[in-house]
Amino acid sequence: MAAALFDRIAQAFGLEAPEIAHGVFVLHTEAANLEASVRRLKDEFGFDLFLDVTAVDWPDRQPRFDVVYHFYSTRDFVRVRLKTRVPESDPTVSTLVHLYGSAACMERECHEMYGIHFAGNNDLRPMLLYEGFVGHPLRKDYPKTQEQPLVAYRENHP
Amino acid sequence: MRPPSPVLPNPIRPAFTEGSTPGSMIINIGPSHPATHGTIQIVAEISGERVIRSDVHCGYLHRGFEKECEAHNWHNLIPYTDRLNYCSGLINNFAYCEAVEKLMAIEVPRRAVLLRTLLSEYSRIADHLTCVAAALMELGAMTAFLYLITLRDWIYEHLADLTGARLTHSYGRIGGLARDLPEGWLTRLSWVLDQMDTYLGRVHGLVDRNRIFIDRMRDIAVLTPAEAIHWGYTGPVLRSTGAPRDLRKDTPYLAYGELDFEVPVGIKGDNYDRYYVRMCEMDESAHLIRQCVARLEPGPVMVDDPRCALPDKARVYSEIESLINHFKLVVDGPQVPPGEVYSAQEGPNGELGFYIVSVGGGTPWKIHVRAPSFVHVGGMSKMLDGYQLADIVPTFGSVNMIGGECDR
Repeated sequence: MAAALFDRIAQAFGLEAPEIAHGVFVLHTEAANLEASVRRLKDEFGFDLFLDVTAVDWPDRQPRFDVVYHFYSTRDFVRVRLKTRVPESDPTVSTLVHLYGSAACMERECHEMYGIHFAGNNDLRPMLLYEGFVGHPLRKDYPKTQEQPLVAYRENHP
Repeated sequence: MRPPSPVLPNPIRPAFTEGSTPGSMIINIGPSHPATHGTIQIVAEISGERVIRSDVHCGYLHRGFEKECEAHNWHNLIPYTDRLNYCSGLINNFAYCEAVEKLMAIEVPRRAVLLRTLLSEYSRIADHLTCVAAALMELGAMTAFLYLITLRDWIYEHLADLTGARLTHSYGRIGGLARDLPEGWLTRLSWVLDQMDTYLGRVHGLVDRNRIFIDRMRDIAVLTPAEAIHWGYTGPVLRSTGAPRDLRKDTPYLAYGELDFEVPVGIKGDNYDRYYVRMCEMDESAHLIRQCVARLEPGPVMVDDPRCALPDKARVYSEIESLINHFKLVVDGPQVPPGEVYSAQEGPNGELGFYIVSVGGGTPWKIHVRAPSFVHVGGMSKMLDGYQLADIVPTFGSVNMIGGECDR
């Protein structure tokens, strides 16, 4: 059942054969086509649950970031992973908040952690970090021991 | 004399600072408030007692879990996963281990699969007990709280007997489990399950038809299935709306495919249904545990694979190969082949997914946790807006947001 669906998706997206990684259908798309691809996945194939968005940093690669989405179909019980690449100079993808409400908070997290910009999402305030946090901590060039300027040092309080 | 402390800026920026209607006021609840079990801050605009809009802030327990994962070997991460949802640490252990096992193409021995299923359900009971007990106590149902917490404490002590810790068990291993059951553990298990029937029955009797409870819970924070899916709700919150979506049924993992159980669903998707779905799920979990016990047979609980299993101590001290194997596993960690995997299990609060990217070697390149509590907090204001200020507490309790998992 899942295999037939995967074949149909592969056909619809013009792939020769579906790429399956540990049971998840993997789809690659250009950043410009992201929204259109997601809309098709949602409307034609029933991927109605937005599971997750995150990024993967490859500092030695051009373009540097993978933005990785996971969707789930509550009808067919399959998952699809959608990957797109964005460069460090312009890490922008379009937002999906108008398609999935749950994208809002996860885009905020991805924005603060990796500096990915979600064009059209007007609420990219920090979610897990705080106002004034400098840098994007999950980027590979952010040292784990990095200190942040806003927190007062303890020696101020004898 | 003490120097003046520097003025720190407000760590959050609320979505609104001005009222939208005449006579409304903006109040702040939390981040450390006795009625919100969990460190969370809610900025709400209220008109009289009614919440017009709300803005929920989390992140006070952020400790860089995902960053820290990139600096440790695969095996060392298991104790960190305990601390995600600390009410059911075992499920987090097993979900993480299963994701890594998929990357390494390891098949876990039958006994370990059954024990993982059994312990997942046991943890689910403990988690639901915590949620229901806390939510009831916040509504003043102290007796019901004490019944449930007594039961939960028996479970935690029983798990401590097995794993050595009450909450942070670290009992899962890549390829199996840390050790087999101690003697007499299953006898005690059946005693606890019998007590559970009695105690849950008492709570049903105290609460289900209680006028005050119904008034506070019925028709509060109503979600439809479509709304719940749109806002990413999974687990008991989604099921309370009437959608029977449960990963244990839909994409069976561990031993769930061969076990018999039902997926309880609600009717209206309100606070009362969320309470009732959780209560029914505990009964189903007990049923699942009894089936697992009946199927248990003696056998290994750890896969026989030198890539991840530590060799026997006697062999470490007598053979050079085992000594080196042990040394390499401890110092370099298990070597996981390159690849990426998304693996999800049905956590007590919803879909708990691990997205893992490996480039080979002993350390993950990236680990991302799809934590149900985080998504639920993101959509929380939809459940708070339009209801009364006092409804925030039971609504928040019924979602069972766990700070460790939400903030990572």
